[in-house]
Amino acid sequence: MLETQHHHHTHTAAGEAKIHVKDLNFWYGDFNALTGVTVDILKGAITAFIGPSGCGKSTFLRCMNRMNDLIPGTRVEGLMTLDGEDIYGQGVDPVDVRRRVGMIFQQPNPFPQSIYDNVAYGPRLQGVKRKNELDAIVEDSLKRANLWKEVKDILGKSGLALSGGQQQRLCIARVLAVQPEVLLMDEPCSAIDPTSVQKIEDLMAEIKDEVTIVIVTHNMQQAARVSDFTAFFLQEVAGEPAVLVEYGRTSEVFTSPCDRRTEDYITGRFG
Amino acid sequence: MGRRAANNLALAVLWIAAGTTVVILFSIIGYVVINGIQSLSWGFITTWPQGVNAEGGIAPIIVNTLYVTGLAMLFTTPIAVLAAVYLTEYAVQGKMVDTIRFAADSLASVPSIVMGLFGFALFVEALGWGFSMLAGAAALTFLMLPIVMRATEEAIRSVPRYIRWGSYGMGATKWQTVSRAVLPAAAPRIITGIILAMGRAAGETAVVLYTVTQAIDLAKTPMQSGRVMPVHLYLLAMEGINLPAAYGTALVLMILILGLNMIARWISKRYRKV
Repeated sequence: MLETQHHHHTHTAAGEAKIHVKDLNFWYGDFNALTGVTVDILKGAITAFIGPSGCGKSTFLRCMNRMNDLIPGTRVEGLMTLDGEDIYGQGVDPVDVRRRVGMIFQQPNPFPQSIYDNVAYGPRLQGVKRKNELDAIVEDSLKRANLWKEVKDILGKSGLALSGGQQQRLCIARVLAVQPEVLLMDEPCSAIDPTSVQKIEDLMAEIKDEVTIVIVTHNMQQAARVSDFTAFFLQEVAGEPAVLVEYGRTSEVFTSPCDRRTEDYITGRFG
Repeated sequence: MGRRAANNLALAVLWIAAGTTVVILFSIIGYVVINGIQSLSWGFITTWPQGVNAEGGIAPIIVNTLYVTGLAMLFTTPIAVLAAVYLTEYAVQGKMVDTIRFAADSLASVPSIVMGLFGFALFVEALGWGFSMLAGAAALTFLMLPIVMRATEEAIRSVPRYIRWGSYGMGATKWQTVSRAVLPAAAPRIITGIILAMGRAAGETAVVLYTVTQAIDLAKTPMQSGRVMPVHLYLLAMEGINLPAAYGTALVLMILILGLNMIARWISKRYRKV
């Protein structure tokens, strides 16, 4: 028998929920990948999703900006709201959701265009045309992404000419340029150099007051270092849906987890 | 025969087969160069033909060739690229799409003499454009369409999916993603396909013979007839009026097409990493 009821540390509901999720189920075709997920992602905080590979944490992340809509045959059941509005409600355009909920991927994915054009991509989509306005957005976004100093003299160069870590920060700048309210990061540091990892962790702390951040990570130390809240996902039996096992303040989840399975994972007994 | 000997024999046969291709190519090039080089001069490519159009230079003929090929490129590119975008990004994959692809492939295998005939019937006669650059370019579009369309499809499919995600992840619509992220990323390969198709069109004889024919003057408007290099070469050679000039024309034509192919190679090499 699977335990689908997860544990809540009592004070997690103290802050204001940016994203509220209740009884969420997710299907890839006939396969029920996630079941009964209930969680509040708090505004102005960094929330980490941890768990072994295939535990549904990235799938759940992709539900939050409707990226899964791009995969044919996927289906969501249950409630997910952004500032109280149903993300999956009738007549809601996923494009509008993604404008407010930006996403960073594991693989840095700059467009084969100049650094400047990469960052200006989003604002241009929204109709910003004036050069000085774009210049200001590009500079500001690159500064927030901790990349400005390294690229300010080579803005015309291809984004692909940068190192992997710089490319990832360029992608962060590109997303920040559209002023998202939430930033979803899907293992953003797994493919890049330590210096850039440090810079990304720094910038996360710097922007979290303005941008609510959710990060999926395999790196437990990273989750412990950067996040305020941690959610632990687990698929206990292959072929069965994954569940959210435990969610709470990072300090508590890591030091005194409520659930035996969380403790086992954190202490490295599996995964 | 020992195993070792069999191996050596097989290797030798393969070498000969591979070598034959190279030998054929270089024989053709060498033959044209040896016979054409004497006619080739600055004057040959910059002056007007004289006499019965067999003496003198081929300047208007070179320009006409570029003219009709360029015009055909302008017709082909939007149709081919948009069709490819539709097939790869929008159409529901299935029978319909397979049918369209099969049609494109079949179009590519229609003999050019038949394409020319159809071009003549449609553009020259039915639409009343007469023998003209316009009719020729339109008919050459039949020839170039499948090449550019398939090249564009391949180019779009080779754009990594995470490039698309990056765009969608910022709240771009599908069309914004296709037009501003996918197509620019695919552009080098698309351009390579267009240039290769232009090379095919520049060397095409049958289609233009039917639709542009052979007026020797420089076509000033798209409604005028004008002789292109393959036609000039054909007429000079088959009527035996000036064989050296025919080879000279052949050499210029080959340089033009080789040049186009080299540009295409250069572009695809330069952007391969992208």
